Amino acid sequence: MDFLIFKAPMLMVQASLDGILLGILFALIAYGMALQWGVMNIINIAQGDLVILGGYIAYTIYLWGIHPAWGVIISPIIMFFVGWGLYKLVINKVVDRDLFISILATFGIAIVFQQLMNFIFGADVVVAQSEYGTTMLFDNSVTLPNSKIFSAFISVLYAVALVIYMKKSRLGRAIRATAQNARAAKILGVDTEKVYAATFGINAALCGIAGALISITLTLHPYVGLPYTVRSFMIVIVAGLGNLPAVAVSGMGLGLFEEFADYILGTEFRIGAVFLLLVLILVYRRFKLSKKREYLK
Amino acid sequence: MEKVKQKDLILYSGLIILGLAAPYLFSAFKVQLTYLCVLIVLAMTWNLQGGEMGYNTFGNILFYGLGMYLTASVQVGMFFPLAEWTESGGEKTFVHTTAQYFQGIGVGLLVSAIVPAVIAGAIGYAILGLRGHYFAICTLGLGIAAGEIAGGIEIIGAGQGFTTPPFPAEIVDTEARGKFFYFLSFALLIGTFVFVKYIYGSRFRLILNAIRDNEDKAEAMGIQTMKYKIVGWMCSAFFCGLAGGIMGGLIGYIDSTDVAFDGREMGVFMVLMAILGGKGTLWGPVIGATLFHFFKEGLWTLILGWQYVALGVLIVVIVVYFPEGLMGWLREKYPERFGEVIDDKDRKAQVELK
Repeated sequence: MDFLIFKAPMLMVQASLDGILLGILFALIAYGMALQWGVMNIINIAQGDLVILGGYIAYTIYLWGIHPAWGVIISPIIMFFVGWGLYKLVINKVVDRDLFISILATFGIAIVFQQLMNFIFGADVVVAQSEYGTTMLFDNSVTLPNSKIFSAFISVLYAVALVIYMKKSRLGRAIRATAQNARAAKILGVDTEKVYAATFGINAALCGIAGALISITLTLHPYVGLPYTVRSFMIVIVAGLGNLPAVAVSGMGLGLFEEFADYILGTEFRIGAVFLLLVLILVYRRFKLSKKREYLK
Repeated sequence: MEKVKQKDLILYSGLIILGLAAPYLFSAFKVQLTYLCVLIVLAMTWNLQGGEMGYNTFGNILFYGLGMYLTASVQVGMFFPLAEWTESGGEKTFVHTTAQYFQGIGVGLLVSAIVPAVIAGAIGYAILGLRGHYFAICTLGLGIAAGEIAGGIEIIGAGQGFTTPPFPAEIVDTEARGKFFYFLSFALLIGTFVFVKYIYGSRFRLILNAIRDNEDKAEAMGIQTMKYKIVGWMCSAFFCGLAGGIMGGLIGYIDSTDVAFDGREMGVFMVLMAILGGKGTLWGPVIGATLFHFFKEGLWTLILGWQYVALGVLIVVIVVYFPEGLMGWLREKYPERFGEVIDDKDRKAQVELK
């Protein structure tokens, strides 16, 4: 326990800014999860590993000498096809089944992904240098890497683009129709199988963008996927499916919580605090609902 | 009826004799056999939640890891200052005498059975109110949070791990250590099996099944479902804690995320074994765990480095194509053997309906 943060107001500003910028990134991953959960009724434990894979794609092009920021364009394109392939290979067999089956199956996928990434990219912690420099605020007492600002900006950009795409385009409307009622959509001529594949692909692409941004703002390691899954799950259950502003707000809230937990409890408890928060949120919601004799569905 | 019982008697006595003779017959595989016993215990207790109660938990690893840390801590803490032990990396400064070692592990196992059960009871009311996948994710979070937090606590070794007391050096018989842990785990296995078999013949199992099939209706019928869910979880925690304690002593080294709260291996294994054998059956987890262990040990060395890929693929294949497990498949094939009477007319009618 360390309460230094409450004695130094500038540290608080630093943590808040860091948290909010990080939270926007989490919200982007959570948006993908909400999309795929809402449309296909699947909980994807491999979400975080898709993020890390996206990050490694950006890192690879960085190793080739291309600026890693291009990863936010290249990585989603590749990840879209990874997601599409994953759907055709495994996910289409678990779509209409019990949710627990999807949890276990994606858990298996997550393990495979982790291990393959470990083989291909090695077990070292890596980071792609964007060399964007840092911005100093408040008499140099708050340092803000420009890459974080860049990543938040790109996240917002993609999220807005996706919202517009979902509203206007033919595929977007088909996806929303399938989410509302898959059977009715099928009767009206929507190829739901294709919609599902596209949804999973879009989810993977979102993960790819987030991963590319993480490769320049944070660090990559083959085994850090699960915390991202849990974060996005947490954001989705707090915000609800299909409520985008709430996803953004709760994403930022989570980012803030993490940064403050980091300062107060110490970095070694950061991930533990995230997982504990998940448990606490679920338990809180369970007690709130049980007053009305209901339960989380 | 008499005849069936006699058959059972022969089966059980045969298995017990095999179990008792195993460390002498397969002397080189004592550690593997101990693992097998522990895996069967974990699969059987997972089956109480996942199979019988319909609550797919990833959280039983919490009790396993807790039992591991508790046994080792008690075993050390009874005789030596715990903080100095973990700081110095264990056995270098302090040495347990033979009597101290066995007293310590005895008390430690007792504690590691009771404390997880109490904890399960304490958190049960909050956690077991969640249903379906929320429960699954919540318990997954619980297990990983426990591992991360244990990795930050200094007194139990934090990130550098905890060396459990080594087997007393005064016992010169080199086989003694393996035998000791094998018989300990075998006793635990028998205890668990007898207990689970007792549950299978009792009203308690019917209540658990009612919860699985339709919890709201069960509640409407006047069953206090929460009470039974908590008791069921406490039973699992009791045996998981013991299993963890034994494993901690056997492995000799406790790491927070790789050995104790090992959600990536043990936590998934127990689910997988129960599903592989067939959840919701008495023998399913036993067979599933045995098959899984043989498969794992046989294949692990052949595909060195690729074992986790194989594990992941195995999970996907079992879950997607084989969710009913071996016992479920047998049941489908030979329903008569499972005491299900199927009318031929009924079967024909069903076929026509299809």
